[in-house]
Order: sequence, then structure tokens, then C-alpha cells
Amino acid sequence: MATQHSRSAARVMMAPAVFLLLVWMLVPLCLTLYFSLLDYRPLRGTFDCCEGLGNYVRFVSSSAFQDSVVTTLMMVGGILVITVIGGILLALLLDQPIFGQGVVRILVIAPFFVMPTVAALVWKNMFMNPVNGLLAHLWRFFGAEPVEWLTNVPLLSIIIIVSWMWLPFATLILLTAIQSLDSEQLEAAEMDGAGFFSRFGYIILPHMARAITVVILIQTIFLLSIFAEIFVTTGGGFGTRTLTYLVYQRVIESQNVGLGSAGGIIAVILANIVAFFLMRIVGKNLDA
Amino acid sequence: MARAVPTQRRITLSVVAWVIALLIFFPILWTILTSFKTEAEAVADPPLFLNFAWTLENYAVVQERSDYLRYLWNSIAIAGGSTLLGLIIAVPAAWSMAFVPGKRTKDILLWMLSTKMLPAVGVLYPIRLILINLGLLDTKFALIFILTLINLPIIVWMLYTYFREIPGEILEAARMDGATLWSEIAHVLTPMAVPGIASTVLLNIILAWNEAFWTLTLTTVDAAPLTAFIASYSSPEGLFYAKLSAASTMAIAPILIMGWFSQKQLVRGLTFGAVK
Repeated sequence: MATQHSRSAARVMMAPAVFLLLVWMLVPLCLTLYFSLLDYRPLRGTFDCCEGLGNYVRFVSSSAFQDSVVTTLMMVGGILVITVIGGILLALLLDQPIFGQGVVRILVIAPFFVMPTVAALVWKNMFMNPVNGLLAHLWRFFGAEPVEWLTNVPLLSIIIIVSWMWLPFATLILLTAIQSLDSEQLEAAEMDGAGFFSRFGYIILPHMARAITVVILIQTIFLLSIFAEIFVTTGGGFGTRTLTYLVYQRVIESQNVGLGSAGGIIAVILANIVAFFLMRIVGKNLDA
Repeated sequence: MARAVPTQRRITLSVVAWVIALLIFFPILWTILTSFKTEAEAVADPPLFLNFAWTLENYAVVQERSDYLRYLWNSIAIAGGSTLLGLIIAVPAAWSMAFVPGKRTKDILLWMLSTKMLPAVGVLYPIRLILINLGLLDTKFALIFILTLINLPIIVWMLYTYFREIPGEILEAARMDGATLWSEIAHVLTPMAVPGIASTVLLNIILAWNEAFWTLTLTTVDAAPLTAFIASYSSPEGLFYAKLSAASTMAIAPILIMGWFSQKQLVRGLTFGAVK
């Protein structure tokens, strides 16, 4: 059906999108790559060729980098565990015939629409503040000493805040996956005497496996670049400096562009490893 | 066939679900409630839930002190502008991929998606440098352009999955009847594609409205949207919970309402069609 004419028209129509994304991806990345090979510190007026791989060696061997990788892994891992397990449980619950299902769903997904700066500041001040925060009131009500959340357990605090924002996403996607499950299959299993746990383990969970993978991969990509939540709460202090934040500090705050750019390239490489697996899953889906 | 569920079990499940849902929603509810308190009531011990003197004063103060409306306008301009620009670029691209698929269409789609995975911080400095040299740092134009590029892959993908569901036979019939390419797009395709385009617009406005990396790092005063407006409340000056709440409520209300309307499309848009 596609004629020669419509083929060339199609190419013309695709061109702006492809061209813009190509420029967007290549130009800044090449500049970062170039800067990463220089001793480039604009505040001191240093712009010297050629460090070679010196910046990379210095960045990777610094303890700040190693700490930031550990922090990033703990943060992303913690949020993933909470949101995926919580999301599965919530999705199972919301799939049940409950009264006012529509409203419950709306309440549960609401945090996803809250902008990151609002979520972080509301939690930081109105919930986690050790004097006036609601959690402090709650702790005192039970006779416990209030926790100084962002000072004493800053990483956990940020994990809680971000998990709150992403739990709805996991829930919504896993719920969609559960709802596409053939209910006759479940009924048959029930008739054959399968209890809830065997139905969950042998039918529901395998059915959700792909959706769970998608949730993990998409969240990982977004979570690797968490920024605003750290920016307005701890400012990268107290062991909450992720790789993204470390690069931001090197490049913008201390203006060591060469070193920071090397870190940026390393962040790009790490993100691409995750992206590779996501692309394979999405790509398989395209053929289906 | 719906399964018969014992009423007692249904009530128990409903109670559990409602309690959890209200707990999850509580921080938002608490923010909205606090925005109607005075600063003294906001930090009262024990906390006040509904029994306080409701006031709209905080909203007036926030507008007066930090010029909320200017940030709101910046948010609207940036979210709306980037969505519109993205749509203009993405509709033809998605159309051609869905209806005239070539050998490389799949590769192009996947490649577009992969640009979305580039960590923003890796290109922050070059982008800033380019904008400074062009005199575009802290302008709405620059942010509209950048957010368009960031969300373009999602727009193309969403439109593509919607367009693919439109039966190609209808287009062929229109072509047989002598429709030109343009009238085919304008009179046949567009009416059928409106629901898909509408969902795409909705999701994209939400994403652009809440984007908080580029809006925080590329704006200072002139182009700062609501994300930056709220971030300016991160250094507390005395008692400020009620004002923070009023500002927060105003920043999230429009998008919360839009989000509730688009919850179905959200799954599709954010999983790139991998979960429907």
C-alpha cells in the first residue's frame, strides 16, 4: 500500500523529530566528553589541554565517588523494594471488589502528581520536623523520643519521601497488569482447591512478571536522576550525595568542569547499562 | 462473570483499602488543611484537624510576598508551550511511523526512547554554556525548547501506539476516493486520533509541570516556574507552615485534577506501551 510517494513523505515527516533528538543527544554529550579530557575550571580561568584520562582516574578513585555509588545503590534499591512490594500488595487489594473503588484509586495515585519540590518540602517540614512535624507528635503521643529524620537518618528520610511519590506509579501499572488476567483461569484454580497463596504464586505473580520488570526498569531510570528531593532537603549532605548530585556539585557548585564532566560520562554509561535491558523488553513488545 | 463475594469479606476489604488509601493521601490532605490555618494553628500541639478558624489569609500573603501568579504563568507557558511544540513535531513523525512503517521504524522508535535515558546531569554544563552564550539562560523560550526535547520521545511513543490502533483500511478508502495526503490527515485521521492526542497532551502537561531538574538548574528569576517557586520556601524564616501549605496547594492543585482525569493513559504513556 505504501507508494514511493508516501514513503518519501513519511521520511520528511519524521525528519524534524529525528534531527532534533539527534542534535540534542550528540552535541551536549560530545561537549561533555571533550570537557572531561581537559583541566577546565572556569572560576580560576583554567582551560588546559589535555588531561587525557586523568579526570576519570581522579573521579573514580575519589572516596566521594565510591560513597556516592553506595548511596545511589541504597537509595534506588530501597525505593524499589518498598514501591514494588507495596505496589503488588496494593494492586492485589484494589483488584478486590471494594466499595468506592474509583475514589480509593484516585486517592492512592494522587501522590504521583505532586511536584518533587512540594513533596520533599511538605514531608521535610510538616512531617519530619523533630519539633513541629506530625511524626514527632505521633512519636510523643506514644511516649517515644521524636526522630530527627533529616539529620540522623537522612537517607531513610529521602527513601520514604520518594517511595511515597512512586508507590502510586507501581500500583497503577501492576493493577493494570492484574486486571488483564483471565479470571476464568483463577476460578478454575479455585475450584481445584488452590488456596490464595498458591493462586498468587503460580498464576498471579507469573502473569505480573513482565509488568514488574517494566516497573523496576522505568523507575530505576527515573530514580538514578533524583535531584530536586535532595536539593531541597539535605543539599547533598549527611550521606545523601548520589552520583547525580555529586556530578551536579562538581560541575555547578565547585565549577570543576573537567572532573565533573568525567563523572557525567560515567553516569551516562551506568544509566545506559540499565537502559539496554529496558530497550530489549520494549523492543520485544513491538514485534508482538 | 462477576464472582459472588460474601458481604462480610467485602466490607473488611473495603475498610482496609480505605484506611490505606487515606493514609497515602494524607500528606496532601494535611497540606490543604494547613493552608487554611493561621501560622500559630499550623504548629499547634496537639495538631488541629478541622476545629480551627478557617482563613484564606495565607493565599493572599503568598501571592503578595512571592508573586505566585508570575510563577504560575511561567509554569503554564512552559508546560503548555513545550506540549504544543512537541505535538507539532511528533504528530507527523508518529503518523508516518504508524502508517508507512519502513525497515528501520522500530530501530528509530527504540533509539528515540534511548535518548530519554540520558542522565540530565551528564549534559548540564554544556547546555548551560550554550544557553549563556546565546543569551537564553533563564528564559521561558529555552525551557520550552528543552522540555520539548526531553518529552518528545514519550509524545512520539504515545501517539504511535494510539495511531497504530486506527485501521489502515479507512485511510486506503479515503485515498481511493481521491483524498490528498493533507486532506487525509486533516479530515480522516485527525478526528479519529483526537482521543489519543488529548491523552498525550494531558500526560505531557503533567510531566512538564512537575519537571524539576532543568527548571531548577536553568532558571533564576525571570523564567522560574512553580517548582522553583516552592524550592524558595526551603529556607524557613520563622513560622511558615501555613504559607508553605498554601503555596504547595496552589502549585499542585491544577495538575492533581488533570492527573485524575488521565490515570488510564498514564500507564500507557509511562511504560511506552509495554503495559496496557
